[in-house]
Amino acid sequence: MKDGIGAPVKRKEDKRFTTGKGKYTDDIRNDNQAYAAFVRSPYAHARVKGIDTSAALAMEGVIDVLNGQQLTGDGIGNIICGWAITSKDGSPMNMGAWSALATEKVRYVGDAVAVVIAESQALARIAAEAVEVDYEELPVAANITAAMADGAPQIHDNAPGNQIYDWELGDEAATDAGLAEAAHVTTLNITNNRLSPNPMEPRSAVATYDDAEDHYTLYTTSQNPHVARLVLSAFYNVAPEHKLRVIAPDVGGGFGAKIYIYPEEITCLWASMKTNRSIKWTSDRSEAFLTDAHGRDHITTAKMGFDKDGKITGFKIDTLANIGAYMSLFSSSVPTYLYAPLMSGQYNIQNIHCNVRTYYTNTVPVDAYRGAGRPEATYLVERMMETAAREMGMDPAELRRRNFVQEFPHQTPVLMQYDSGDFPKILQMAQDAADIAGFEARKAEAAKRGKLRGLGYSTFIEACGLAPSKAAGSLGAGVGLWESAEVRVNPVGSIEILTGSHSHGQGHETTFAQIVADRFGLPVENVSIVHGDTDKVQFGMGTYGSRSGPVGMSAVVKAMDKVEAKVKKIAAHTLEASEDDIVIEGGEVKVSGTDKSMAWHEVGLAAYVAHNLPDDMEPGLKETAFFDPVNFSFPSGAFICEVEVDPDTGQTEIVNFTSADDFGTIINPMIVEGQVHGGVTQGIGQAMLEQVVYDEDGQLLNGSYMDYAMPRAADVPSYSISHHEDSPSPNNPLGVKGCGEAGAIGAPPAVINAITDAIGTNDLAMPATPQAVWNAIQAAK
Amino acid sequence: MYSFDIERPTTLEDAVEALKDEEAQALAGGQTLIPTLKQRLAAPERLISLTSIPELKGVSAKDGWITIGAATTHAEVAKSVSAYPALAALAGQIGDPAVRNRGTIGGTLANNDPAACYSAAALASGAVIQTNTREIAAADYFLGMFETALEEGEIIIQVRFPIPEVASYQKFAQPASRFALVGVFVAKFADGVRVAVTGAAEEGVFRWSEAEAALDSSLAPESIDALEADDDGLIADIHGTAAYRAHLIKVLARRAISAMS
Repeated sequence: MKDGIGAPVKRKEDKRFTTGKGKYTDDIRNDNQAYAAFVRSPYAHARVKGIDTSAALAMEGVIDVLNGQQLTGDGIGNIICGWAITSKDGSPMNMGAWSALATEKVRYVGDAVAVVIAESQALARIAAEAVEVDYEELPVAANITAAMADGAPQIHDNAPGNQIYDWELGDEAATDAGLAEAAHVTTLNITNNRLSPNPMEPRSAVATYDDAEDHYTLYTTSQNPHVARLVLSAFYNVAPEHKLRVIAPDVGGGFGAKIYIYPEEITCLWASMKTNRSIKWTSDRSEAFLTDAHGRDHITTAKMGFDKDGKITGFKIDTLANIGAYMSLFSSSVPTYLYAPLMSGQYNIQNIHCNVRTYYTNTVPVDAYRGAGRPEATYLVERMMETAAREMGMDPAELRRRNFVQEFPHQTPVLMQYDSGDFPKILQMAQDAADIAGFEARKAEAAKRGKLRGLGYSTFIEACGLAPSKAAGSLGAGVGLWESAEVRVNPVGSIEILTGSHSHGQGHETTFAQIVADRFGLPVENVSIVHGDTDKVQFGMGTYGSRSGPVGMSAVVKAMDKVEAKVKKIAAHTLEASEDDIVIEGGEVKVSGTDKSMAWHEVGLAAYVAHNLPDDMEPGLKETAFFDPVNFSFPSGAFICEVEVDPDTGQTEIVNFTSADDFGTIINPMIVEGQVHGGVTQGIGQAMLEQVVYDEDGQLLNGSYMDYAMPRAADVPSYSISHHEDSPSPNNPLGVKGCGEAGAIGAPPAVINAITDAIGTNDLAMPATPQAVWNAIQAAK
Repeated sequence: MYSFDIERPTTLEDAVEALKDEEAQALAGGQTLIPTLKQRLAAPERLISLTSIPELKGVSAKDGWITIGAATTHAEVAKSVSAYPALAALAGQIGDPAVRNRGTIGGTLANNDPAACYSAAALASGAVIQTNTREIAAADYFLGMFETALEEGEIIIQVRFPIPEVASYQKFAQPASRFALVGVFVAKFADGVRVAVTGAAEEGVFRWSEAEAALDSSLAPESIDALEADDDGLIADIHGTAAYRAHLIKVLARRAISAMS
């Protein structure tokens, strides 16, 4: 099948993206367009004593200036966190109120206190600067340590000591016993650095209220427009769902940061009703740094015990996580259910205990960012394995092999049941590709050039394909995590796929078309994908957590099953054959073993003209399906990173990076490689370059690309990538596992393990900047 | 960005006249000024572009000197200054292709960012900055972070570099901005060796005189082995401590010297 499953079909959407014809939210321009600019707090923690809008309102072209008192007075609800976490003492999490426009207090630099609506964007911004806010500055807790300290400033009244929850997973007594009987215990104190997501397209919203219809339309940069509509309707009281249309048109990258419903979208919708104008707001890059939800930001102490043969006897983790100033939509789940259940890694570990305490700080909210919890877990597990191997004088690959899970299904002590994989095989694939045997010679050659060469592993597992709704619900999720699809066969035989998944760079217009082409033997050109509009597409859950393949495509397959069944009935009826003898091949619907057949489009036409259908059959040919996975999917992989460090400067060059991945069935290898390239590069960014820095007053020190280092092409090598497709997921019809997050999850420990191997000390934190590496070298001398 | 007017004079006289207005601000390649405007950190009413004045452009070599028009881009210097390879190489490492094709030598010298590359070349070379009113020796020109000897309304016309016997610039890039975290320019002339350091100090480019003295006796990397750059007055920020910058000064100076011999 030319364009079917496994073909490197060129992306159908790229012509418009590469020729400037994409249509993004900021490209929307309505007749009655007005513009919003937000008045933002310059303080990390302050009481709002008064807002003087008179100078701004006096400017010609300023339509209105609105504040939080008005917003709450109109009944707009507080922003919620949609995943309830229960502390180990049984108490619910302490969620503080978050109004889209602050009313009494501001809690981070960038917190919005008012919005100016004006005739132009430039004017709105000038007027926003003319709004005078009377602040009473309050003491600041800008990081976890400050938030936990005795006498720390109280950020939300209902979170004593700024703690949101104190949660655990696993059996502590059994884990302590496992550690007590260990022949060797490795201890690690590590931080997981705070990151800014930086999608290329900044966030944007265009909200329009139609007073004649009492109806709202919101164009927005969302990864999940239906979830946005649900939350805006059910919790923020903007409008009932049938009076609110949410459209996420072309979206230029998300990485998690566009899952959430932010204050700006809510405010624009409300302001549109207040002013009876269409309101546009587009973030600039500075606002993005200040207000897009950040990722990671953990401090962890962990111990892993091993018996005399190197078998793990117990793994105990104590993590402190920074949630920021407010609880964003999925923030509570990231350091808990997306984190602790991954602590078993690829290993057969009987005893695991993970304790997580989360804290408010006077920083922008922290939520899911590419990988979400799983990179934090993987970084911990994989640095632990490498460090332990060095301490015990073992080959780090051999230590991993001794502990690999080898039989499936495998139940871990931390909720997950691994369904498939072949960890030894994948590690061997990576080792072969990375020429492990030649490493010592390469190291010796590098030494002659004055360079320290090192090699590091990361053998990781993910839980993707979020998520079985029943399991998620039992763990506190406020929504189900299934996906929907409608397959519409048109009377001319072309096909439209309506999917609840959302493409913001993933290439769904190509890959979703491929699975249809593969099934019915049609060219991909005959298949189009409709997504991202709540008026066009049935309710769906959107795209994050590597779920579009395992969950979104599975819904399409289920709908295609129904279409196929009806096609066979029509063909059997028309061709006077038995349904069981009908086969669909190469765009034809045939009676097996005969020369009787109908073209695919003839079946479509027959369904719609309905002149000769079976007596009990409805006309038409379109089917809907919802797919709720029975388990997560478990992509896994082995990464090997090889670096050279300049000991004089601490500068590190990644000279080789090898990735062997098990993504299950691969729909389009070119797109999958692109996802690996992007994910690994983001992982390298975390490992070597990126870190959001707030000073102790809560001021963001690196809110631009002059100081926040993003990875560039020259920072990364040409990647060696291979795929293992022999253990497809048994829990979805295509056997896919998801590939979007693997690189970001697996790469950081591989990089740090390589650098620490090169410099001969394990005491190195991310990001491994030249200064940090040089410091580590000096400290180890 | 706030709104502003822009003028593009085609003669030096018109530019000088236009800049007499208190609200006017000279605009060269704009690689610092435009981002500053975008971040709303400056609000000039009028920008006077200096890139349409023919006498501010071009590169020429004569009598052991390179003359570079102030509005000449980094890309043009990188391409054209074959008589001074270390200077051409420096220009070719500034920023990225967009910056190199817009940014100008006059703009960067007038701005005097403490991490700019050209300032190290100018100081180590003993360059002469020719303005519409006078000549300023590089040694008298750089007065501190973003401060120069330029008077209000004074415009750089050209920069003249004496060509050294041998020179090398070694830059260690700040990971985000790719400005010099530390840059060291070493130039040997008949009358001695000069070592200029950029990126490292609060007050901007400076000469490492102890290293110069040591190298005057022998231009060899080992000559500075016994020296340590003083970290007093060096920049400490999220990209590097003062001690790290001091260490890099020596490492880069050694590498420059090695590259020269």
